[in-house]
Amino acid sequence: MTPKLRHVAAIELRGAVKRFGPITAVDGLDLEVPEGICLGLLGPNGAGKSTTMRLLTGQAIADEGELRVLGHELPGDAKAARAEMGVVPQLDNLDVDVTVEDNLAIFARLYRLPDVGAAVDRALDLARLRGRRRDAVDQLSGGMRRRLLLARGLVHDPKLILLDEPTVGLDPQIRTQLWSLIDDQRSHGKTILMSTHYIEEAERLADEVAVMNAGRVIARATPAELIAAHAGTQTAEVYGPPERLTEVKAIAEEQGLPVRPAGPAIAIVGAERAADGAVPVDAVVRAASLEDVFVLLTGAEAE
Amino acid sequence: MTGIPIRRRIDGQSGNGAPGPRLRRLEPAAITGVMSREVANFRTYWRGTTFSSVLEPLVYLLAFGLGLSATLVDEVNGIPYVQFVGTGMVATAVIFSSAMPAMFGTFVKHRFQNTYDAILAAPVDVEELVSAEMLWIGIRSGTYGCVPLLVTIGFGLDPAPGMLLVPLFCFVTALGFAGFGVAMAATVAKIDQFNYVTALFVTPLFLVAGTFFPIEGLPEGFQVAAQLNPLHQLVELVRGGAFGFEAADLARFAFLVGFALLTWRVAVRRMQARLID
Repeated sequence: MTPKLRHVAAIELRGAVKRFGPITAVDGLDLEVPEGICLGLLGPNGAGKSTTMRLLTGQAIADEGELRVLGHELPGDAKAARAEMGVVPQLDNLDVDVTVEDNLAIFARLYRLPDVGAAVDRALDLARLRGRRRDAVDQLSGGMRRRLLLARGLVHDPKLILLDEPTVGLDPQIRTQLWSLIDDQRSHGKTILMSTHYIEEAERLADEVAVMNAGRVIARATPAELIAAHAGTQTAEVYGPPERLTEVKAIAEEQGLPVRPAGPAIAIVGAERAADGAVPVDAVVRAASLEDVFVLLTGAEAE
Repeated sequence: MTGIPIRRRIDGQSGNGAPGPRLRRLEPAAITGVMSREVANFRTYWRGTTFSSVLEPLVYLLAFGLGLSATLVDEVNGIPYVQFVGTGMVATAVIFSSAMPAMFGTFVKHRFQNTYDAILAAPVDVEELVSAEMLWIGIRSGTYGCVPLLVTIGFGLDPAPGMLLVPLFCFVTALGFAGFGVAMAATVAKIDQFNYVTALFVTPLFLVAGTFFPIEGLPEGFQVAAQLNPLHQLVELVRGGAFGFEAADLARFAFLVGFALLTWRVAVRRMQARLID
């Protein structure tokens, strides 16, 4: 291995492979997350995002590859790595019968914090739940529970935060609340790895986006760079009966322009390069987006 | 891409050449942290558990002790039947407050509540998690196991100094059955498969423990098999505490310690296989 002079990355995966029987969930994954950035791991369901998260916490053990988190070699030193990172799971696994503050205190103890009370107070402020501290979790609203789940993972003020689909299945209002909490952490210089299959989430929060498909990263850059490289500047959406769309698609593809489905419509990507007649006059032309990149690269319809 | 095969090594155990501080195995802070979660939950349901664990031996004593002794049996081996059943009921209380919560509690926390996913994302490993769960059940069951003895004292059993060891006997036995329950929870695919475990193990073990009738009355094969029943050893130890120990009781205690150690290791391995992909 060649020694590198640059700063140690918070997360470094090289050639990580994880198989479940005949399924290869993570297939030669290379991923490096430098300190201080929020990396969005964007991919369709089944791309291997959750398995990657579990590899990083030592809850799954790679069949092949080198994995290092905050300088700790995995899986041997996974416990030491976990002590320095905060994990916010996809599924709500709070203790529902227990009070809000007890939920936080339990994790403050698991993270060996010397002052449990102070950590709980700090986490309550973060979740904006000070007034509900003595209520049982099952008395909280959905949004409050989500904020508590996030605060529980941050109770020890970790350097590195793993967010596994942090807003999956939540209504837009709760999602916005969580985004601002996550953005707070990012602005405090925390390193964040966030898996998501929501384009908007990645666009809003991630400094860099790694597009994951079939167990590996297939593209990685800032959202703007990804758009420029893969989608150009303009996308033209065309609505109409299927026969017409098929016709429009054929013409655009003849000119070498990628065309993707966009719900009931089709989208001609890179419309700025289109020659006469490829983009119908009634098309809705808009700026190219990360969604265009995502659908072109993964073949999956965006959510 | 070059695939570098890595040895499958469960974290928390020793490796080499890695930077950073290595956390030790079986850290007390991790174990007490997990136990504090159980205590916090226990505070929400202790009333019901305590109520049933006091009422149950009372009902048994009234039904079997008073019912049988009034009509069929006066005494067993010189011990009034109420006191014979009452001391034996300690073992019943222990298995039902250890194996059952270990089986169902572990399964529910793992499959339905995803509690273990949350805990294992913190610096806690499976060995610490399982040890903490077993210890907590051991302490709880060790305490509840004493209830039938206290109830029997109320029914006329004379207190004896040897009884002070009963919580320890119950604790060690409960550890063993907690490990058994955790191992079973990590083995069954669906929660209703616990019916097999109960029918095949729990019920026979508690019925052939010498609680309701002396083992000596059974055919020889059953008598030998009963010696392998940890609950029978517990019953003998409790009666030793109440009516006087014998030399063999040391071996009985050693057997219970061995049972707890064995199920602990099996439970840790089964849970590692279940929880770590």
